[in-house]
Amino acid sequence: MNPMNYVYLSALLFSIGAAGVLLRRNAIVVFMCVELMLNATNLAFVAFARMQGNLDGQVIAFFVMVVAAAEVVIGLAIIVTIFRTRRSASVDSANLLKY
Amino acid sequence: MSALSVSATFAAAEFQTPSIEYSKLMPMLIVFGVALVGVLIEAFMGRTGRHQVQLILSIAGLVAAFVSVTMLAGDNQIAAVGAVAVDGPALFLQGTILLLAIPGVLTMAERSLDRGGVFTSAGSSTPGSEHERVLTATGVTQTEVFPLTMFAVGGMLLFPAANDLLTMFVALEVLSLPLYLLCGLARRRRLLSQEASLKYFLLGAFSSAFFLYGIALLYGYSGTVRLSGIAEAVSSNSGSDTLLMTGTALLAVGLLFKVGAAPFHSWTPDVYQGAPTPITGFMAACTKVAAFGALLRVLYVGLGGLAWQWEPVMWGVAILTMVVGSVVALTQTDVKRMLAYSSIAHAGFILTGLVATDTVDPDTGAVLGVSSVLFYLLAYGFITIGAFAVVTLVRDAGGEATHLSQWAGLARRSPLVAAVFTLFLAAFAGIPLTSGFTGKFAVFSAAIAGDAAPLVVIGVVMSAVAAFFYFRVVVLMFFNAPAPDGPAVAVPSPLTTVAITLSVAVTVLLGVWPTQVLDLADRASQFVR
Repeated sequence: MNPMNYVYLSALLFSIGAAGVLLRRNAIVVFMCVELMLNATNLAFVAFARMQGNLDGQVIAFFVMVVAAAEVVIGLAIIVTIFRTRRSASVDSANLLKY
Repeated sequence: MSALSVSATFAAAEFQTPSIEYSKLMPMLIVFGVALVGVLIEAFMGRTGRHQVQLILSIAGLVAAFVSVTMLAGDNQIAAVGAVAVDGPALFLQGTILLLAIPGVLTMAERSLDRGGVFTSAGSSTPGSEHERVLTATGVTQTEVFPLTMFAVGGMLLFPAANDLLTMFVALEVLSLPLYLLCGLARRRRLLSQEASLKYFLLGAFSSAFFLYGIALLYGYSGTVRLSGIAEAVSSNSGSDTLLMTGTALLAVGLLFKVGAAPFHSWTPDVYQGAPTPITGFMAACTKVAAFGALLRVLYVGLGGLAWQWEPVMWGVAILTMVVGSVVALTQTDVKRMLAYSSIAHAGFILTGLVATDTVDPDTGAVLGVSSVLFYLLAYGFITIGAFAVVTLVRDAGGEATHLSQWAGLARRSPLVAAVFTLFLAAFAGIPLTSGFTGKFAVFSAAIAGDAAPLVVIGVVMSAVAAFFYFRVVVLMFFNAPAPDGPAVAVPSPLTTVAITLSVAVTVLLGVWPTQVLDLADRASQFVR
């Protein structure tokens, strides 16, 4: 099978993630969409590694997983704090800072 | 290529231990080492005295790292098996970041303005809860800010020195993640602070996903993430142009987000306003320095062969950034928000220097696009840190008084503070004899040498627009009557005083006598490839 198809799939997943970030209202769901974007990138890295015939892409995918895990730690901490303060994780309710 | 031959290739390659030049990486190792020691102190030391120990340790670490940067000066090589470049621009920017982090940490450690300090007693306590009230009464403060800051500084040191895109991505996250947390730790107005943290985090993670996908596409294009490898692939024009162009665009989105350039600037005013003011100053100065360093390296070293394609885009971004920053700042009523828009405008001014690309000064041999940006970043960083430090001093019962109307007649209450703030505003506006003027002169003359005269015309017009809102504040402070219930100017401890004095000294020095530093920036303008 042509590995380029996996790149198309990753572009599709990335776009779904990006659309989710822009359209969804719950901070947790927005954050999950960001994670979907990162994982779509991993798929692209692995597919390209196969096409280029070197291991770099696969190694990078591991780095991205570690970074994504660190991001989850920070992100959930922030979102949970906001939730405890406001009793809501909606990104629309955080609207004190504007103009 | 079949799976079999791939695995055969991998098996054939002998494993070799990579050689890491630890001495060349000393500045980063020192800063990360201090950060780790800071974490241990948090874990094992009692609350009393922790603040003092952390402060001394952080400052000592920053100074030691700066000394090791000066010892590396003049180096021009690639270290750590191609991951890190130790060259003029990297060392100049590392020195700048370390110098800026010192006043940054000093203002963060200030405790005499507000009981317990700038930061909340516990970030985990819910605002308005009994738990928070009890903690506040004890007057403790969250000293984790020091190791977090050191981690951020470490990431910032690595970001402009990263010679491959993977290292650059990791550095980007190492500098961003602690900053997301730091933004949410204000003692006063915690709702605003937490909101700033949430917005910065979600948008920052969104933009770094774009940055990463850009890396993936460039890897697909060239088969490597090493900047020199990408430059080779660009010059030999092998591979698909779609991957190259899309990858470059996505990469640029991530970097332009970090420098706060329009149209990726919308997080800047919210985060700058909501974050604790010392963090805002630190972030505004140091993140911009690091991000411009990375942008320069990617565009010049990795994608230099593509300059015809990215130059027009950067023109557009520079113009839009200058216009949005300067014009929207006119309508602001909050000091921190106004400074945020001013920092967007300054990102635009710096971008005008960047589009001069590889134009070389015939006299000195300096790459103008790089040397002018290096100087501007140093000048801008100190003005910003100083200006935000002054903002922390104007206070009323509710904490900092940041609404512009509250600043009316400030000169009657404290002529000194008003005069210092006026100096910083004049430097932002680019008045001669301040560092802001020298910096603007450098980037605009670089842009003219790089055939970007129309950009300079727009830059000068926008500087005039910006000067209007800066001087509106000066008029407000000096010629308006103070409100009877207006804020007072607090007398800070030596920590903030030292930070502001340092910023004033650099701002004046670089305005009156900039030759030495300009020469240094000229000599440091060659990237190692």
